[in-house]
Amino acid sequence: MKEEIIIAGFGGQGVLSMGKILAYAGLMNNLEVTWMPAYGPEQRGGTANVTVILSDSPISSPVLDRYDTAVILNQQSLDKFESKVKPGGTLIYDPSGIHHLPTRTDINIVPVDAMEAAIEMNNTKTYNMILLGSLLALRPIVDTEAVVKALRKTLPERHHHLIPLNEQAIAKGMELARK
Amino acid sequence: MTPEEIIKPENKVYARPRLLDDRNTHYCPGCSHGVVHRIIAELIDEMGLEDNTIGVAPVGCAVFAYNYIDVDWVEAAHGRAPAVATALHRLNPDRLVFTYQGDGDLAAIGTAETIHAANRGENIAIIFINNGIYGMTGGQMAPTTLLGMKTATTPYGRRADLNGYPLRITELLAPLDGTCYVTRQAVHTPAAVRKAKAAIKKAFQNALDGRGTSVVEIVSTCNSGWKMSPAKSNEWMAEHMFERYPLGDLKNI
Amino acid sequence: MKGNEAIAHAAIRYGVDGYFGYPITPQSEVLETLEDEQPWDTTGMVVLQAESEVAAINMVYGGASSGKAVMTSSSSPGVSLKQEGISYIAAAELPALIVNVMRGGPGLGTIQPSQADYFQATKGGGHGDYHLIVLSPATVQEMADFVGLGFDLAFKYRTPAMILADGIVGQMMEKVVLPPFRPRRTDAEIAAQCPWATTAKRGRGHRNIVTSLEMDSPKMEENNRRFQETYARIQENEVRFQEYYTEDAEYLMVAFGSVARICLKAIEDARAAGIKVGLLRPITLWPFPTKEIAALSRRVKGMLVVELNAGQMIEDVRLATEGRVPVYHFGRMGGMIPNPDEVLDALKKDFPEIK
Repeated sequence: MKEEIIIAGFGGQGVLSMGKILAYAGLMNNLEVTWMPAYGPEQRGGTANVTVILSDSPISSPVLDRYDTAVILNQQSLDKFESKVKPGGTLIYDPSGIHHLPTRTDINIVPVDAMEAAIEMNNTKTYNMILLGSLLALRPIVDTEAVVKALRKTLPERHHHLIPLNEQAIAKGMELARK
Repeated sequence: MTPEEIIKPENKVYARPRLLDDRNTHYCPGCSHGVVHRIIAELIDEMGLEDNTIGVAPVGCAVFAYNYIDVDWVEAAHGRAPAVATALHRLNPDRLVFTYQGDGDLAAIGTAETIHAANRGENIAIIFINNGIYGMTGGQMAPTTLLGMKTATTPYGRRADLNGYPLRITELLAPLDGTCYVTRQAVHTPAAVRKAKAAIKKAFQNALDGRGTSVVEIVSTCNSGWKMSPAKSNEWMAEHMFERYPLGDLKNI
Repeated sequence: MKGNEAIAHAAIRYGVDGYFGYPITPQSEVLETLEDEQPWDTTGMVVLQAESEVAAINMVYGGASSGKAVMTSSSSPGVSLKQEGISYIAAAELPALIVNVMRGGPGLGTIQPSQADYFQATKGGGHGDYHLIVLSPATVQEMADFVGLGFDLAFKYRTPAMILADGIVGQMMEKVVLPPFRPRRTDAEIAAQCPWATTAKRGRGHRNIVTSLEMDSPKMEENNRRFQETYARIQENEVRFQEYYTEDAEYLMVAFGSVARICLKAIEDARAAGIKVGLLRPITLWPFPTKEIAALSRRVKGMLVVELNAGQMIEDVRLATEGRVPVYHFGRMGGMIPNPDEVLDALKKDFPEIK
């Protein structure tokens, strides 16, 4: 098993942390993982993307040009990465802020209105966990239990009370993706 | 009378300090470095610090200080002695760590290291020899060279419009929160030598007691660089250098 | 964890006595992690944010003089500033560890990954005839492991060692098994291991002096001869490298650091298409695996050196092959990273007989 994933959007959308939780969840499931950010000078705004690879054998290149799965959060990233999804792969995107829809027909394209769902949950910080839920519904590479363990590992203790909320967000994302 | 007849214990009023090596130095006759070296060697012995002292030598005339005073020494890159001393003391906190630096080393190329070590309040003693000239490299302008003073690189005299002003770095160090004792001394008379020795002793004690950074500036002569006799240099220093660099404590807490 | 974080944790666990650094992207996590861990309360390790890279490397010089295990880390522009101090450390025959998480240059350049400091690291960097032992990590695990290896080699040969990483391996996260904790050495252990150290005399009876200065030319030449003898012993004993798919390789890629992993992926793709390509990854960039590349140059049809620079390690590869086979270069610069497809395309372009 090997899953090569790109997550791309604006800085501040939780792109890097979503990748990080996915990578840690992979670790919890005893997978080999790499998490490689395209890092920029800004702390907020600007573009951010991260390549996450989960595999049951050692991983060679942490840098890729073709992906099994793409999670796309803005137009710029869609323009850049749509063509780089492998045929038969999966492209998840949030339609808010997307003006030119993806056009490929040889991949599985799934819009997930995560921003709207996050607003409904009264916590926009759950945004990236909703998308993670959608990703896991379509590509069940790690189980939810591993994700919760990963949250426990990566979140500072003072934020552990938010874990149930994050679990709800993941469930919500799964539900949205299955629609 | 032969020298052997004169040098009897009952006649002896002064001896070479035990920790000052019995060898010829590379210093010019009449240079202030020799006196300051002697004071330091005496103090390390008197304070019982022979086994507990690490000196940091500069680049400049005192580059070979490690050849003359019998304690452990590290020879630092030009201007970096306070950084070297910072690590030596932090990693060996029960030792006396002192730097011995000239005006080019401390006040030109090493300004940043000097100010930041003092600002962190490193528990070290900084001995600063200010003779207003670069002796080792052949008498070029130092940051502390007086206006009008002729050097190899200011052959017509230092001009403020071309070369800026003589830097009173000790006055810059005194207000820093990290310094506990900042003083300016000289060694041109026996009385001045006694005062300078007391100042360096206080600086060493402050370092041992963890009270912060102590800076002892010694306004000094460079008779070769100044192109004067040693005696004339002392007169010239008292007349001109002390006006710009007045002696006394700038800070003593 | 990130490669930079792994270095910090490995340093604490190795029993490093002091770290002196200055923030610069993309390696600031080393200092940040150390400050966050507060090892002064646990192992007694000193951590200090210096006023400059120049001060930091001179703090390393001072700490190393007293026989302590001390290190610094920075990225390319900062490592340029450190060169003066590195030359002094080499000349004073002091053990120390310097980490360079390379970014694109020259000048301020970019904060994105690069390997453009190969020349600087392997050919000396500062003034005078000297070498560093240069370790090139390709994984976060090696970032952690090379801290200990670097110090072991530095103390064994009394010479500074460098971890020459690129921004990719500094910034990426992957699985890492940290080394076990070992206590810092005691004063007595340091005195025994480093009889030359300026620890203060401590009853030794004679003074120790750490200096790089020797005004007597015959003696200075003697010092240089001694340095060169040390370098010869290192070249004899410490070459490290890894080979992949070289048994039947018709073509060889040579790459270091993370780029070697990108090449490996390209090779996996090539092998799937029936192209017999192998990879040699130097782990020590100095000493360089010259003999091994020479041996492979007798077996393969050609070589492709892939680097994040305009062509630096290729010079050492060409020296090793002595003109036996064509050696080509594929490089990206300025923070650009090639993907496996580009690497494979470059191989096919240079060797048109590959279909």
